[in-house]
Amino acid sequence: MKTRATTGPAEGWEYVIGLEVHTELKTATKLFCGCPNAFGEEPNTSVCPVCLGLPGSLPVMNVQAVDFAIRVGLALDATIQRSQFHRKNYFYPDMPKDYQISQYDVPINAGGHLELPSGRVIGIERAHLEEDTGKLIHRGGHGRIESAEYSLIDYNRSGVPLLEIVSAPDIRDPEEAKEYVTELRSILVAVGASDGRMEEGSLRVDANVSVRPIGEAGFRTRVEIKNLNSLRSLVRALEFEGLRQVHLYDDGEAMIQQTRFWDEARSVTGALRLKEEANDYRYFPEPDLPPVAPDPDLIEDRRAELPELPSTRRGYLARVLPDLSDDLRETVIADACWPYFRAAIDANITPARAAARCANELTALLADIGVLTPARFVEVLALEDRGELGASQVKILLREACVDSTAVPELIAKLGLSARDVGAIKSMVAEVVAPFADEWERYLDGDEKIAGFLVGQVMRKYGRQISGADARQALVELGDEARKSAD
Amino acid sequence: MNDEILDWGIAELARRLESREVTTVEVIDAYQEQIAIQEPEVDAFLSLDLEAARRRAIDQDDRRSRGETLGGLAGVPIALKDNLCTTAFPTTAASKILEGWTPPYNATVVDRILAQDGIVVGKTNLDEFAMGSSTENSAYKVTKNPYDLERVPGGSSGGSAAAVASRMALVGLGSDTGGSIRQPASLTGVVGFKPTYGRVSRYGLLAFASSLDQIGPLTASVEDAALVAEAIMGHDPRDATSLQEAAPSLVRPLTEGVRGIRVGIVTNLVDTATPQVQASVLRAAEVLTQSGASVAEISLDELAFGLAAYYVVAPAEASSNLARYDGVRYGLREAGSTVEEMMIATRTKGFGPEVKRRIMLGTYALSAGYYDAFYVTAQRVRTLVRTAFSRAYEAFDLLLCPTSPTTAFRIGERSSDPVEMYRSDVCTIPSNLSGDPAISIPAGVDADGLPIGVQLLGPALSERLLFRAAYAVERGLR
Amino acid sequence: MTNRIDQEDVAHIAQLARLSLSDEELIEYQSTLSRILEVIEVMNSEDLSSYPPMDHPLETVNLLRDDVVHQGLDREVVLAMAPSSEDEYFRVPRILGAP
Repeated sequence: MKTRATTGPAEGWEYVIGLEVHTELKTATKLFCGCPNAFGEEPNTSVCPVCLGLPGSLPVMNVQAVDFAIRVGLALDATIQRSQFHRKNYFYPDMPKDYQISQYDVPINAGGHLELPSGRVIGIERAHLEEDTGKLIHRGGHGRIESAEYSLIDYNRSGVPLLEIVSAPDIRDPEEAKEYVTELRSILVAVGASDGRMEEGSLRVDANVSVRPIGEAGFRTRVEIKNLNSLRSLVRALEFEGLRQVHLYDDGEAMIQQTRFWDEARSVTGALRLKEEANDYRYFPEPDLPPVAPDPDLIEDRRAELPELPSTRRGYLARVLPDLSDDLRETVIADACWPYFRAAIDANITPARAAARCANELTALLADIGVLTPARFVEVLALEDRGELGASQVKILLREACVDSTAVPELIAKLGLSARDVGAIKSMVAEVVAPFADEWERYLDGDEKIAGFLVGQVMRKYGRQISGADARQALVELGDEARKSAD
Repeated sequence: MNDEILDWGIAELARRLESREVTTVEVIDAYQEQIAIQEPEVDAFLSLDLEAARRRAIDQDDRRSRGETLGGLAGVPIALKDNLCTTAFPTTAASKILEGWTPPYNATVVDRILAQDGIVVGKTNLDEFAMGSSTENSAYKVTKNPYDLERVPGGSSGGSAAAVASRMALVGLGSDTGGSIRQPASLTGVVGFKPTYGRVSRYGLLAFASSLDQIGPLTASVEDAALVAEAIMGHDPRDATSLQEAAPSLVRPLTEGVRGIRVGIVTNLVDTATPQVQASVLRAAEVLTQSGASVAEISLDELAFGLAAYYVVAPAEASSNLARYDGVRYGLREAGSTVEEMMIATRTKGFGPEVKRRIMLGTYALSAGYYDAFYVTAQRVRTLVRTAFSRAYEAFDLLLCPTSPTTAFRIGERSSDPVEMYRSDVCTIPSNLSGDPAISIPAGVDADGLPIGVQLLGPALSERLLFRAAYAVERGLR
Repeated sequence: MTNRIDQEDVAHIAQLARLSLSDEELIEYQSTLSRILEVIEVMNSEDLSSYPPMDHPLETVNLLRDDVVHQGLDREVVLAMAPSSEDEYFRVPRILGAP
């Protein structure tokens, strides 16, 4: 295992962090019923007897949720096994049956690991399926649970499939926690299991955190922090909590195992005045659901179909473009960009150019990518690689190729972006420069500043057809020719 | 005429309706009259809607006169246990916690009954959430045994049993978690059938103990039970524990007889019964022998542990199944200043003493530190019971034993002693633990004129043979 | 007869099950639960270690459904069942006690 420099909560201390990441699976319907698994619907409209826990209703497992769980398990190198649902019994008004159907001692995915961009490997303990709860809205008392006068419930989210991915306590500082969540998120998106939208709550993180003096082997009492709704909250909450714990130890106070909530507004973690009731969840096998035993053939099919994971893409990039900056690399390996980049490399486009066009032009166009397929993207870049189009032309062409499905050569003609002809460019430059006799003389005398002005004039007239670099090149060549003939 | 109508079984009723000897409206009117006489005495129903039944009858007569072919249960007045969801009636499970609640959907069995043109006349009384063996645990009323109004009809499907026994309905549907169809059938002199676990969809049955519950018919005859069973069995995609197997044909093979069938009398279960009940079991054995079956004795001592295991598994599952009655989404709500106080007030007010007792027992059995000693041990007993049955079914095709150790007891006689009450189920519980089918058949009356039932047990999916034997016993004892 | 469960246990279970018991009920439940537990404990007289626990009568696996949307319930119907609602929501008293 690689090591890296970590930042402790205080001099001589280190963090011990394990994360529980709950991801909503991107199924069409909920885990146990045919209600739509949709975000942002009108309250209490995606509900039925099953997800409202009406008397007599029964759950039936969604095959697609199993499929997604298997894909994530494979991506995390977990063991995929026959699993059994259990009931986790506790009363809470957002949970319609007052028990949660979850996987307990036999989760569908056991073990596994995740390699961070830093090279560090974080252990995965399990990734299991469970149902989400409804949403509570607190009224009065500034909408806070502890001061609310009453609460309202929307059960649309009730029964939405969740995959809970539990890491080993291998994470050693808040930045690494962020790196872990970011990496896990991109894996979840890559295998198609999640849309990864933290802001919509489709990825939620609980952190188990303790601190210990550097060099101490055992684990100290841990605190679970809930309500971490963004990467920023995650980092800040861990930093706050680590320091809080160090201070408690410094003051000789006892650490209590408890659940705390991150209060974003006040930037503190706080314990809720929850009644001290031992977590006696009375798990027992869910009698309404037979075990799920994934077919080994299905698992092998899914393994074969597994998309390239971020770590694989990083490894590939390290070979073809070893000097790429971290930012550029992470942009290029993103799911939306990657197929374009790979297509470009496969077509022998210069890797640096492919990366630059992906990171700059393509990223800006992704929201409205329309009919710009990887093949068309590659076609455009190939023209640039062969020197037939300049950078500014490529930019225009790519933008148009999103909305206009005309074949690339015809599109170039249609836009008047004639492929580069050095002679033609020189005549354009000569034509534009001709009225500026004084400026031309100053240029020939070596005034480099005036060159910019002249190129600007060319671009004003022929910018759609030629690139600035080409215009400058033509200007240089015309200048050289003029000086030569004057000699 | 009316009295004659009440005597007809499903097949005969169908014949007479088809030949226009009688109209569906006349049938419903006959039952309405009988209900008017019997119900004030028997108290079998929690809700009745004879006007709706009559409208349905008029519609069926219309359809028939237009030459339409009607379903297999056309014109059959049916009483549903009030733990089956119905959009046309409130569904309370005889609990205050669901008073006035009308489900927005029908149980799968209800849809199937309606698809076959069955006519639901009302919903019947039960022990609250089917927890009991006497129907005394209803929050609304105590149903009486039509044979002796001082006595219980058994339970928990006591309302359906009493309704069929007093001819207020031709068919009753019940649910059986530890004997709740068979024991009341036995105590009221009707046929009660618990199918193999998974044969009948549980969708829309208010769950008591999910790994034990099965819905089944209570009828006047074995043939009627077979007809109803055929209509309600078969896979339902809404119940993940419903079997993929198609519903077996049960009516046609009824007359095939039992020649060559091996039947084992379970002696240790016979021993639990009163001498008169024991005598009925022996008479049934004799009938089977005379019909060509070979009958021998077998002792299955392991079944004795079933009672203990049942009183762990059923309450454990119930404690979880009944958690949802919390005052948030439907049913009763009592005021409380916090959600927790509201839930406690609601549940404390809404549940009766026996339901609370079982919730407490189940919560205890599942709680930290006791799970292995109770729940896991009870699960091992289930394997033990199943192993005992497997051993028996190596030597026998079917088993014979009493349904209930006693005939109907007096109202109030056992209600103060839950353990004594629980022992009523000792002969019926093993089939629920193993998931196997069983049927109770009337087998005469005791010295007080109270009905006695005998029980035939078979291995999983053996319904065809089970019904053939039940039919033979019924004919032989008649 | 010895009690197999003490009153503290009974009170704890009642709290877990969201039930409140009067003092008389506490005593009564202690006594009846103890009697029932006595019956249940006969299981422990047998060595059952060779019998694996049976979760369920069915031995089938993978009864799954396709990921296809089905019509649910109308909100009006759903909220009409609710003991208390406000706007488009179910309404409940505050989750936590007053400060």
